[in-house]
Amino acid sequence: MMMGVVDIGFFNLLAGYALILVVLVMLRQRNIKKETELLIAVVRMTIQLVLVGYILDYILGSQRMWMTLAAVAIMEVFAVQNIYQRVKIDMTPRFRSIVACSMAFGTIITMIFFFFVLLSVKPWYSPRYVIPLSGMLIGNSMTGITLGAERLLRGFHDKKELIEGALMLGATPERASREIINESFTAAILPTINSMVGMGIVFLPGMMSGQILSGVPAVTAIKYQMAIMFAILASVAFTVFILVVWGSKTFFNDRAQLVLYG
Amino acid sequence: MAFQLEQVKYKDILKIDKFQIPEAKITCIIGESGSGKTTLLRLLNNLISPDEGSIFYKGRNIEDIDPIQLRREVVMLPQNPTVFSGSVKDNLLIGLEFAEKDEVRNDVLSEILRLAQLDKPLSTIASTLSGGEKQRLALARIMLLEPEVILLDEPTSALDEGTEERVIESVVEFAKGKTRTLIMVVHSKSIAQRFADVAVTIQGGGVVAEEGL
Repeated sequence: MMMGVVDIGFFNLLAGYALILVVLVMLRQRNIKKETELLIAVVRMTIQLVLVGYILDYILGSQRMWMTLAAVAIMEVFAVQNIYQRVKIDMTPRFRSIVACSMAFGTIITMIFFFFVLLSVKPWYSPRYVIPLSGMLIGNSMTGITLGAERLLRGFHDKKELIEGALMLGATPERASREIINESFTAAILPTINSMVGMGIVFLPGMMSGQILSGVPAVTAIKYQMAIMFAILASVAFTVFILVVWGSKTFFNDRAQLVLYG
Repeated sequence: MAFQLEQVKYKDILKIDKFQIPEAKITCIIGESGSGKTTLLRLLNNLISPDEGSIFYKGRNIEDIDPIQLRREVVMLPQNPTVFSGSVKDNLLIGLEFAEKDEVRNDVLSEILRLAQLDKPLSTIASTLSGGEKQRLALARIMLLEPEVILLDEPTSALDEGTEERVIESVVEFAKGKTRTLIMVVHSKSIAQRFADVAVTIQGGGVVAEEGL
């Protein structure tokens, strides 16, 4: 049986800001100079969420295909921008474009399978399903690619001698970089695998908690949670795999020589 | 001729007008550090390409040869030997795997270690070896591949004098016995005089002396 969720009143929400005030007082007391950062974060979060709330309400109400697709495209663009900012090692333009392509390919392949086969929602572009679930796939893949890209770039710089040592013996670039590729891939998907292990015992996942809060039976909520976890793992694995395999090729020229930048 | 270099220039490191390296002979390269010896070996292995000029291997411009195939014929040992994870045996076999050659039996591996003067069991973890032992392991790995041309960059820099002579003697005998071309950078003139067919002196990025011994 579905039950409506209790709405939070405006003044009740204002009371929530009192908690922030408590944290601010704590910072001041301890002389930790993070007050401005905290205030900026709270203001940003408030503005962003209010805007997104209104936009989502509009899109959910309109049920238009192009709006759903545009929302997914915008999320992809923001995710790619976020990766560029978070990876602290210089990336070549070619590597950057591979980051963008792997992000798009990996997530879209998973979304198609997820929405058409696993969930089979009708209509397929139903924004109520596509927007939040795509957001989860894109967000997790973004974290995966950030980890994978950092590991790959660092690996090529730190293990230059091992790679050249292999090339000198007649190894192909693919063989010479195999260990680094595999290490980067593992580092990127490990957090997703680890989060599966603790799920349901150590913590209740956000989506499942949200569904339970809004009155969905727990058994339905866990089915959604399982489905999204399969899709997240696949999406992270696809995006990172494309990134590390294609990305590693940018470190070699057509003479199979190691080319390092920066 | 194994190699011919014509008007070769690489950055500000190397500038060679004309230079030849004979086939099936022992060529020793000497010169101060920073003179361009390592760069020369890297050019011959096509790990780098010259900015100007041409390098010919057996009459063919090496830029026209598939780089992987070239490196399987012209194998290089770097000055800091590359040691991969795993045992001594793993480190020998990985060379064969890189070159896409068939695995060999343990007695062949042990024989190669003996030739490289490395008295260690095949099961030894490679990372526990000393610097000199790693050098000999990397040398054994190359000898196992039996390439046409062996490029050695100061293969004995971490060895004491006695071991150094025995290792070089062994690798020279190996190359002569199999009529292979051996090109090695050595740090002492006496080694060059004792073992080389041709001794080449490099200074400031150019060949300044070449003598048949």
